[in-house]
Amino acid sequence: MKHLLSINDLGAEGIDEVCRLADHFTEVSQRPIPKVPTLRGKTVAMLFYEDSTRTRLSFEVAARRLSADVMGFSVSSSSVNKGESVRDTVATISAMGPDAIVVRHRSAGVPHQVAGWTSASVINAGDGWHEHPTQALLDCYTIRDRLGSVAGRRIVILGDIKHSRVARSCVMAFTALGAKVTLVAPATLLPPAVDSWPVDVCSSLDAVLSDCDVAYGLRVQQERQSEALLPSLREYTAQWGLTVARAARLPAGALVMHPGPVNRGVEIAPEVLDRPNATLNEQVRHGVAVRMAVLYLLLAADPEPRPQGEAS
Amino acid sequence: MAERERRRTPPYGGVFIARTQVMEAEDIKRAIWRMGHEIIERNHGLDGVVIIGLQTGGVWLATDIASALHEIDGAEPPLGTLDVAFHRDDIGLRPLLPEAPTRIPFNLDGQAVVLVDDVLYTGRTIRAALDALNSYGRPRAVQLAVMVDRGHRELPIRPDFVGKNLPTRRDEVVDVHREGVDLGEVVK
Repeated sequence: MKHLLSINDLGAEGIDEVCRLADHFTEVSQRPIPKVPTLRGKTVAMLFYEDSTRTRLSFEVAARRLSADVMGFSVSSSSVNKGESVRDTVATISAMGPDAIVVRHRSAGVPHQVAGWTSASVINAGDGWHEHPTQALLDCYTIRDRLGSVAGRRIVILGDIKHSRVARSCVMAFTALGAKVTLVAPATLLPPAVDSWPVDVCSSLDAVLSDCDVAYGLRVQQERQSEALLPSLREYTAQWGLTVARAARLPAGALVMHPGPVNRGVEIAPEVLDRPNATLNEQVRHGVAVRMAVLYLLLAADPEPRPQGEAS
Repeated sequence: MAERERRRTPPYGGVFIARTQVMEAEDIKRAIWRMGHEIIERNHGLDGVVIIGLQTGGVWLATDIASALHEIDGAEPPLGTLDVAFHRDDIGLRPLLPEAPTRIPFNLDGQAVVLVDDVLYTGRTIRAALDALNSYGRPRAVQLAVMVDRGHRELPIRPDFVGKNLPTRRDEVVDVHREGVDLGEVVK
């Protein structure tokens, strides 16, 4: 595999391979010296056109734990402010010879374009409302870690589906692994093409909560409130928020997940976030191991497939 | 592990055909028993001795050596496993994915580590293992136990405890398991 642009590049088998590899990197992260020399001499460039805390830090930590060098790039302090195009910026960074470029951009499809402009491996770290594959991978890994497997699980994704790249990647990943996904959102926050997605859509959170294994909350993107898709945040919370009363109806052992950053008290009540079945910090921790696995697969593993069918 | 992976990798990829059996199950048992005594003799007992089997071929052998040590001495040295895939120097030259978990649930500082593997060949796996051990602490000493030393070293590494010295050609493959040791070739 050369690039990771979409969850579909991996398929069920690929997601599984990333998870198995992430187990090994979880062990590496628990060592007294959590660092291996695996990617020594490789360089990973960060090309972030949008704000990010966890994704960017997570990729940087992952690269460093594999002994790769990291080239930072932030839009605010670069020539992008002087009007340099994405293409020219990519050409400049490529000329310095990175082995991988991690791209985040506010427009869908930019990582795919970048992949055509450089000989480095390109990893999509979020493009517009389109995809965020490594987030979906770490969510699969978290569910697998807590519940044993993703297959057969009933997963409710609630909140702003329309503007969420996480939702798109997660739906693809969860359904590829055999989970049953239900989307719950106000009609204004559902994507227009949701009919073609392999999911159920429900307009009532109360109807699905008592019968799910995972409640996956998405951030209400307050920067988009000017579009008048919601009457008010308070009304949203009343009707669609995972309040304490609603969380009490979740089956015992059901997980509460969220990709972060979270609006405490809007999509999920603060008390619910602090319970042991809320996995937010675990998701962040697993993010490092999963991104180490992705970097390893793209940069270290041989492109030749391994012969199958031999005893090991 | 080295042997196992090598068999899958060009120019080795193919099916292993055993030509001669060079050790039988009883020979293996006796060798483990002797190596157990040697480990105790070398370390003046088992105080501060830990056993670490290399994934995947060295793990059963490490388990058997540990139980032999227990039978001989009564002490139970801590037992761990180590997969060296991330530390190898041939990453990128051949398909290389870790196969089995690393578990070292004890501190290595000041301990005498006995690394256990099935076959010692080029020494590159052991170099990677020595490198990996560094991330777990600073052992007082590292010793190496292997069932078969087949020669052809590419690095200045030698075993401390050997089941059998077995002169081989480079194109041969040694297969070590509980029921014996086979020498053979890999046929495409």
